[in-house]
Amino acid sequence: MSAASASNAGWDSPLRRGLLLFAAMFVIVVVVGLVQGTASMLLILTQATAFALIALGLNIQWGYGGLFNFAIMGFLMVGGASTVFLSYPVNMAFWESEGPMMLGRALAAFVVGVALVMLARRADRIGIRGKWKTTLVALAWFAGYIIYRTQIDPAAAYIESTAGFVGGLGLHPVLGWGFGGLVSAVIAFYIGKISLGLRTDYLAIATIGMSEILRALIKNMDWLTRGTMTVSPMPWPTPLPQHLQAAGMSITESFIFARLGFLALVIIILIGAFVLVQRAYGGPWGRMMRAIRDNHISAASMGKDVTGRQLELFIFGSILMGIGGAMLATFTQIFDPSGYQPINHTFMVWVMVIVGGAGNNWGVVLGAFLIYIVWIISDPLAQLIFINLSQLTSSLGWGAIPEIDSRALQMRVFVLGVVISIALRYAPRGLIPEVVRRG
Amino acid sequence: MDELIFFINRVLISGTVLGSIYALGAIGITLIFGILRFAHFAHGDMMTMGAFIAFVLASALAALGIVLPLPMAFAVLPVAMVLTAFLALGIDKGFYAPLRARGARPVTLLIASIGVTLMIQGLIRLLFGSGTKSIFVAGESKDIFRFDMSWAGGMRPINITEPQIIMFAVTALLVVALHLFLTRSRLGKAMRAMADNADLAQVSGINTALVVRVTWIIAGSLACVAGTMLALDVALMPDLAFNIVLPIFAAAIVGGLGHAYGAIVGGFLIAFAETLAVFNWTAVLRPLNAVLPEGMALPANLALVPTEYKLTVAFVILVITLLLRPTGIFKGAST
Repeated sequence: MSAASASNAGWDSPLRRGLLLFAAMFVIVVVVGLVQGTASMLLILTQATAFALIALGLNIQWGYGGLFNFAIMGFLMVGGASTVFLSYPVNMAFWESEGPMMLGRALAAFVVGVALVMLARRADRIGIRGKWKTTLVALAWFAGYIIYRTQIDPAAAYIESTAGFVGGLGLHPVLGWGFGGLVSAVIAFYIGKISLGLRTDYLAIATIGMSEILRALIKNMDWLTRGTMTVSPMPWPTPLPQHLQAAGMSITESFIFARLGFLALVIIILIGAFVLVQRAYGGPWGRMMRAIRDNHISAASMGKDVTGRQLELFIFGSILMGIGGAMLATFTQIFDPSGYQPINHTFMVWVMVIVGGAGNNWGVVLGAFLIYIVWIISDPLAQLIFINLSQLTSSLGWGAIPEIDSRALQMRVFVLGVVISIALRYAPRGLIPEVVRRG
Repeated sequence: MDELIFFINRVLISGTVLGSIYALGAIGITLIFGILRFAHFAHGDMMTMGAFIAFVLASALAALGIVLPLPMAFAVLPVAMVLTAFLALGIDKGFYAPLRARGARPVTLLIASIGVTLMIQGLIRLLFGSGTKSIFVAGESKDIFRFDMSWAGGMRPINITEPQIIMFAVTALLVVALHLFLTRSRLGKAMRAMADNADLAQVSGINTALVVRVTWIIAGSLACVAGTMLALDVALMPDLAFNIVLPIFAAAIVGGLGHAYGAIVGGFLIAFAETLAVFNWTAVLRPLNAVLPEGMALPANLALVPTEYKLTVAFVILVITLLLRPTGIFKGAST
């Protein structure tokens, strides 16, 4: 434990605090398992593990580098869409149709558009400068957009009306997760290039805007992602309950073992990522990042390439988010672009990092599990409270509470808000704060 | 002529409606940023809260059997504004003031405002359910005025609804009132001074605590108006303004955070950009088909951006603005 090695005093507060909190979380998990059953506990744990990976990604960006990334939802969607593309079974109806040809033409049109913009940006070589050059670049963007639209619109309409959507490549889901990380990295590179020059609040708003743009694109590119019609069932990397049942297992057992298999895989990936991220924190690279975070002006004057390093952080963090998003989509077996919400997929991860302790990887993992469990159980808990209240009010003659189910579900959002307010007020540095080593 | 009427109905009127709502919301965001130096993310939900307060008051009046010539929600607006302003002050006292007192960084306050967002949304859904409601209580209906244009050779009328007319009037009134307040009153001048340079304002003896309170009162009451107007124009739902808080932020940033006038300009700019981007230009350019050669006829839909991407227009403008002028058109403040 880094908290342990950080403080030489041995059995002192950071380690004890961490151990106590992890033990408390373990007890909560066991209680959830006893109340809701092992299968449902494993479901929560698997998703929490994926969220822990995503939270680690945000910790790299925010905890290590002080970057204000509010585009988490966008990267989760990108990860999900990428894994659909790589691991969903091949759609022969598409490959045998005109679709690939038309998409090829759209790609060509895209390349032409990019070339136009690139050429316009070099216009100063032939003596077009200043305002004229700006006008020319804007015109090139417009022309490129029009050219691309003339090709992609008919292609999209054709694919949607014939084959439905492009389908996947039928590769192994784990490859799909890796691809999700890769695509996220590429997108993070461009988002970072555009927005990392901005200051904190502006960066937050800009990234949240980018994430909404990504959502609108993925939701409406029906030809690629099937949009609101959703893609399911996604293949699993480990045996599915159905497979285990076919092998003669009982239904309850099959769910437990299938989820255990998935959970084991996800935990292995989390541990791998954790070790890498933790080592990076302690090493010279991590020290440099913290130096930039704490005072970017002095870091820059020491000759550090601040924006370049921040871009690195942004990309590394986004890779973890993309992989985590891909895992979540694979685990639930459905990719539903409408299911992504800033509240569930951006703010919740922020709460995990803030409550856990930004900058401390152990804290962030703890926060991820804790917040995810709170998020999940606040629904049945609220339901329980409401049902009892409802009995009370109806016995008093005020009538029962209507729509208990939907109201209880909404309590999750409220509880999340309360948790964030309390955490900021009473534990602003998180449950397991970052240990600042001096000397 | 019909093409022009179509343009007026689809672009001029809806753009002005959207622009008024964006502007009223963006003024609040920009004032809070200017005075308190943080991006108040819960502003959208403050708008929704205002609309629900108006809804409750209107329902209460309707239940008493009172009938008015105006939509009830509009008649109760002054009271709703006061209540929302009080709630805004309470939220500040409960959630932001303790953090400020500790000297928390602006990013902490931004995250705190996300917590407030979640709490307001949760409470509204808890109390009112998550479905859509009509803010027109007790059998009121949305009156639509049709201006006959046959005198100018138009076949179709210009359509405008009663809430829209009210909104234009109210927005104009509030903007003028705000302008007079900021330029003529001592307190307004103090606010502008504090937005320009908080430290300087403090050492010059400006009562900063009072300025902060006034900021919340103005922001809260304007948010209430914007939310109620939006609910009158569309429908009342728990995520009414959460969905448009980002375009509102875009408007405030495009105008330059901290500038009340910039927020108004930004609001209308974003609103018209959105409306024009999804406007089907074929509807206006159709007469050209008679002139154009065979085979060059205009397609049925000539919108710049498909309707599904309407909201992305705001973000694209935001990103472009931030790239060209990192603190907005009017050189806004930054933390």
